[in-house]
Amino acid sequence: MREAGGFAARAFDTIASTKFWRGMVACVVFLVLWEIASRSGISRIPAPSAVAVTFNELMRDPSYWFSWYLSTQRVFTGFLAAMLLGIPLGLGMAVSRMFYGTVFPVFEVLRPIPPLAWVPASIIFWPTQEMSIAFVTFLGAFYAVVINVIGGAQAIDVRYFQAARSMGSSSWDIFRRIILPGTLPSIVVGATVGIGIAWAVVVAAEMISGGGSAGSMGGAMGGGLGFFIWNSYVGGSYTQIVVGMISIGIAGYISSALLRKLGEMVTPWLREP
Amino acid sequence: MKPAPVPSGERPFAEAKPPPLAPQAHRKGEIRIADVVKIYGSGTSGVRAVDNCTFDVPAGKITVVVGPSGCGKTTLLNAIAGFHSITSGTIHLDGALLCGPGRLKADPGPDRIVVFQNGALFPWKTIIENVAFGPMMQGRLNKKEAFEKARGMLAEAGLRDLESNYPGEISSGMRRRVEIARALMNDPKVLLLDEPYRALDSLTKSVMHEALLETFDRNQVTIFFITHDLEEAIFLGHRVVIMTTRPCRPKKILTVDIPHPRDYSVLTAKRFREYLDETIAAVHEEALKAFAAGERER
Repeated sequence: MREAGGFAARAFDTIASTKFWRGMVACVVFLVLWEIASRSGISRIPAPSAVAVTFNELMRDPSYWFSWYLSTQRVFTGFLAAMLLGIPLGLGMAVSRMFYGTVFPVFEVLRPIPPLAWVPASIIFWPTQEMSIAFVTFLGAFYAVVINVIGGAQAIDVRYFQAARSMGSSSWDIFRRIILPGTLPSIVVGATVGIGIAWAVVVAAEMISGGGSAGSMGGAMGGGLGFFIWNSYVGGSYTQIVVGMISIGIAGYISSALLRKLGEMVTPWLREP
Repeated sequence: MKPAPVPSGERPFAEAKPPPLAPQAHRKGEIRIADVVKIYGSGTSGVRAVDNCTFDVPAGKITVVVGPSGCGKTTLLNAIAGFHSITSGTIHLDGALLCGPGRLKADPGPDRIVVFQNGALFPWKTIIENVAFGPMMQGRLNKKEAFEKARGMLAEAGLRDLESNYPGEISSGMRRRVEIARALMNDPKVLLLDEPYRALDSLTKSVMHEALLETFDRNQVTIFFITHDLEEAIFLGHRVVIMTTRPCRPKKILTVDIPHPRDYSVLTAKRFREYLDETIAAVHEEALKAFAAGERER
């Protein structure tokens, strides 16, 4: 009753809607204008047609895919670490006033420091470049996760606690059955925001640090998508720069979509009926 | 007594009339409120919300407390439920001290269940999980037993088809009924209802009233009901306690001598109008005072 209509029906609904076509037309117009701008010499950015040719060539290039792999791995390492540490820390701060009073000031002092400012310190501190990039990525996601968890847990309506207490719940029951599910929607929001930041940070970190394990495969092409862009810039292949940019856009989109789906699965009560 | 709206068949437990929630002899729920004072804050800046409040809530009856908004009715309810402390005085439940000198805040417990103004069904639990929550928490029933009892309870309230929905998917009127079912699952001595139907339109409200009276007739649980809707108060209550404006204390206690079970034909009865007039006169005086006090504060 809740899960009405299959995937095909929903896909058809999307394609049949004016909203979908309006979006499509806007994208096409954008591409056409870009093509005209490049060909007429107004813009020095390569035309979409040239980018498409390069994209097609790169699709068969394993080192391009290895850049994907490296960046994805760094993003998910950092992101998972941020979730594993950030969720308990945020919940702890929301549950215990003493813990909050102790940890939050430190957290608030560190939080305004942009993750990228940590790059040099992180390279000095961590034994491998790989670890330093993952650490910076972790920081990017960590703050978003923690802040959302604290906010979400503190926003749980006091009536739920009172009702649970009246019905004989122990403190552990209240944590497990009220605080945890009550915070879940905010955890999902924190994760979605966090992974977006993680992608932004990983690209910049790869550019600054020189791509970590560059050279391990396909020479200079193996340092992640950020390094891929930087290297293309240095090497003067402008079409590849654009391919790299689009790749990151796609990667970010897929990660967010994945998390949204996952989020919907763990919070079924928020699904539109 | 009206029959419960249970469609016959389909499930065996729906056919059999659910057993009474608790042996009637054990279900009392008499509350004695004596000299209760509640001051928020302290010193000269303290606000006296409840002042020397003394009245009884008789067992197995519906007691409705009416008074101007913000007069401290909810403060009293929170003290009985054990959510907030009192400053002085005593509150007893069936002779046992809930709160008083030495223990100003009662412990919340399943013998006193609150149905909140805006509802407090857990949004992340399905209807059946919500209703089965109490007995499972108290360790009185395992999951299977609790679900079975919850199904019976929902069927009794005509809500059986909703069991796998989430609270966000059903109407607010339905949510109130589910919440009362959830409360009754705890075999409470007293149901504490804090303006539960405030946000509902008047048509839904009348349906809710009849459902509540039906529930009451079936279970004879003591009900402590807060409202500022006077018709609602007289229609539901055996006894109506009219409160003064802040600080709150009983101004007038009315015994509504209209026999239960009541239905909506009562509303047009001459006696009902007389009770209403009497209540309106008392409340209006307090409302004027509250209004004047509000004006002064500006």
